[in-house]
Amino acid sequence: MAQMQTGAQGMQSLPALLQRNAAQFANAPAYREKEFGIWQCWTWSETAKEIEALALGLINLGVKEGDFVAIIGRNRPYLYWSMVAAQAVGAVPVPLYQDAVAEEMAYVLGHCGARFVIVGDQEQADKVIEIQDQLHQFEHMIYLDPRGMRKYDHTQLHQFSHIQDQGRAAHDELIGELNKRQTKLDYDSTCVMLYTSGTTGKPKGVVLSNRNVVQSAKNSAEFDHLTQGENILSYLPMAWVGDFIFSIGQAYWCGFCVNCPESQDTMMTDLREIGPTYFFAPPRVFEGQLTNVMIRMEDAGALKRKMFHHFLAHAKKVGGDILDGRPVGLMDRLKYALGNVLVYGPLKDTLGYGRIRVGYTAGEAIGPEIFDFYRSLGINLKQLYGQTEATVFITVQPDGEVRADTVGVPAPEVEIKIDDSGEIHYRSPGTFVEYFNNPESTASTKDAEGWVATGDAGFFEEGSGHLRIIDRAKDVGKMADGSMFAPKYVENKLKFYPDILEAVLFGNGRDRCVAFINIDLTAVGNWAERNNIAYASYQELAGHPQVLESIRSHVTEVNKSVAEDPMLSGCQVHRFVVLHKELDADDGEMTRTRKVRRRIVEEKFDDIITALYDGSEQVSTVTEVTYEDGRKGSIKATLTIVDAEVKPGAVHKVAAE
Amino acid sequence: MLDNSLSYVTDDGRTIGGVVMEMKNITLRFGGVVAIQDISFDIREGEIRAIIGPNGAGKSSMLNVISGFYVPQEGEVLFHGKKRPPMRPYEVARQGIARTFQNIALFEGMSVLDNVMTGRLNYMKTGLFSQALWKGKAEAEETENREVVERIIDFLEIQHIRKTPVARLPYGLKKRVELARALAAEPKLLLLDEPMAGMNVEEKEDMSRFILDVNDEFGTTIALIEHDMGVVMDLSDRVVVMDYGKKIGDGTPDEVRNNQDVIDAYLGVSHD
Repeated sequence: MAQMQTGAQGMQSLPALLQRNAAQFANAPAYREKEFGIWQCWTWSETAKEIEALALGLINLGVKEGDFVAIIGRNRPYLYWSMVAAQAVGAVPVPLYQDAVAEEMAYVLGHCGARFVIVGDQEQADKVIEIQDQLHQFEHMIYLDPRGMRKYDHTQLHQFSHIQDQGRAAHDELIGELNKRQTKLDYDSTCVMLYTSGTTGKPKGVVLSNRNVVQSAKNSAEFDHLTQGENILSYLPMAWVGDFIFSIGQAYWCGFCVNCPESQDTMMTDLREIGPTYFFAPPRVFEGQLTNVMIRMEDAGALKRKMFHHFLAHAKKVGGDILDGRPVGLMDRLKYALGNVLVYGPLKDTLGYGRIRVGYTAGEAIGPEIFDFYRSLGINLKQLYGQTEATVFITVQPDGEVRADTVGVPAPEVEIKIDDSGEIHYRSPGTFVEYFNNPESTASTKDAEGWVATGDAGFFEEGSGHLRIIDRAKDVGKMADGSMFAPKYVENKLKFYPDILEAVLFGNGRDRCVAFINIDLTAVGNWAERNNIAYASYQELAGHPQVLESIRSHVTEVNKSVAEDPMLSGCQVHRFVVLHKELDADDGEMTRTRKVRRRIVEEKFDDIITALYDGSEQVSTVTEVTYEDGRKGSIKATLTIVDAEVKPGAVHKVAAE
Repeated sequence: MLDNSLSYVTDDGRTIGGVVMEMKNITLRFGGVVAIQDISFDIREGEIRAIIGPNGAGKSSMLNVISGFYVPQEGEVLFHGKKRPPMRPYEVARQGIARTFQNIALFEGMSVLDNVMTGRLNYMKTGLFSQALWKGKAEAEETENREVVERIIDFLEIQHIRKTPVARLPYGLKKRVELARALAAEPKLLLLDEPMAGMNVEEKEDMSRFILDVNDEFGTTIALIEHDMGVVMDLSDRVVVMDYGKKIGDGTPDEVRNNQDVIDAYLGVSHD
């Protein structure tokens, strides 16, 4: 293209990066997707053609500069192209969470006033059709998978491939217009708008400019020495900023290959087949895999089991040090090498981590044991701390300085300060432009100098200079006696037990803490099977006396470790219940990224909390649940309240001052 | 061949054609037991035709008559207007009829993929010898058939269990694999024997959606037997109701629902 330049100056938008990649890495794979059992591949030059056809088709359909184009579906190359094509024609792509129910979509689509919606399949199309009467600006919908769509009214509905065909047909007529619009894109034009799921209130549309995205992608790619040869597996929600940065930002900056799984259920198989070199997953994926490995090892033969445990113990001893380049004795190294041939290598291959160079986990705290397990195998798993408003990166762990309890040092070009209340503030090239149509929220989050309040409380560790996060600033409270209440700290300790999926701690303004606990059905179910404990439902298993007993022992252990912290010893769990249902995003109890909405849980289960505090031994409750299709039902349950052992917090009164 | 004078377009835009199969005064006896007594009805091209009735009404026997497995003592079965002679199962399959079973009949030790591939048997023309060598034609043929099978796997969303042995699958998925195998034969007429038996609400919804999609996408004529009245009424274009081997109702779901005999058969009637 005419404005092709070398260096970062010319690379101020995704379409510009696409042109560069198509010229420079023309025959290198850009996208792969498994379909019909085979990995289908598109090179960068093919990708550029596909995106151009789509962009021309969008212009043909009437997409104007500044329009919002919503994109809803699972991770597929076509939808990634849609985002870039939308940007190329000067529109703003707005990816939405595909598992959102229709009303949630109605809010977002209405808020940004999307004129165009691109959906993956009939399921998403139906949701949009259901709410389209509420959407005044909505005009056209484009769908990808034609299955089941044939008999729909096609006045406002178009098939993706037809739009591309029309674009190709109108090439000569519209290419001038497309080039004109692309040339206008610079660092200040909007790259994408992402709605934050928001643990409180309505979602907010975070506007990210090309500067935010391209600069963040560049800095982070350089930080981890990412190259054109990387392969990643894109399976996390497209509406999430992390996926946007990894699968689009960094992928376009470096020119590496994005692989899309065949379906949500095949992710683990696809992971193994692709063997990514760069991988990102929330802690629950790593936890799930580890639980799976451990369960399957229980069923393995005696010799294999022995070998597995023997070498794993050795890896635990020296693996992390070897990875971090610390001195390790020759014999230990040799034994580790042998273990690598016999156990670690095959295990990594099975998990799909055979080729991994850099792995990240973020979003939630990861259990130190889980973290160390992967690192001891030689997988360079690191943590980062970030948020949508920062275009992901606030702090990252550099190679060789990785620990489970910190989130690393400030990312390149990020400045951090911590205010008197302990809240973390940052300023960086990734700092978002604004919340769309919401100047009040923008002003209260970002000050005139560009400092953004994260809402998280934390501190820099002396010596290492690493940041440690305590909790959400607004969740940190005070107990009745004035000592600090930091629920997440305790909840994370509880969640590190494989049996416990989720925990919610209450106690702000009260004299003692109580907790809700969700059991992990996979882990507890397996345990029940091995111990011949019959159960018919989640509810029955959750209320089983032996389950309660084992959870009680975990709570007691956590109390013991909490009691050791002089600041937080007041947060020990005095009483708890194991909930009769899993906290669920469909019921509004969690965000789509699986973070607990504390206030809503507190209101909804008010009766149980009352019972936890008034000393009753049981509580009967009726809970409304929403099924996947939006219908509602209710579950009745009688829950047993369990008392846990509490250690005396000797220093707890003193620390409060 | 088809009498298209009856053809019409449904509310949701599907075209229902002429009569594909006609049952004329069928009576089936097992020794002294009369399983089916003088029943007549037809199945039209492109429709979803349900046969319902209480336990022991003779529904499965009826399906076996349609599939050619049972030969009725009286009456005749017309397929595309011609009287159908007694046939062997493979001959039935070649005519474009495929079925699933009430009690799943899959090869338990084989993978899902292999099971579905068996549905392509009638499309494999190469001999045993060349298949064993897997050269030239045999290889090309397998690739071709595998493609069809992969499309069905994609259609029924069973990619994640492609390589899993059937024995390891839960019941609901096995039922789906059976449907996949039947579809692999690319049938004109698909017979489903209680496709939803023993499923929970969500599995039933999934299966209903697949049945509708199969009918819609491939234009397959479907005859099904089902217990669950709600499901049947939502799915089918026309319903035959049987009770004690006799036909007590026939028509659209609405007609059947308001038929007094049907109500009596299902709800019971007081004898006073």
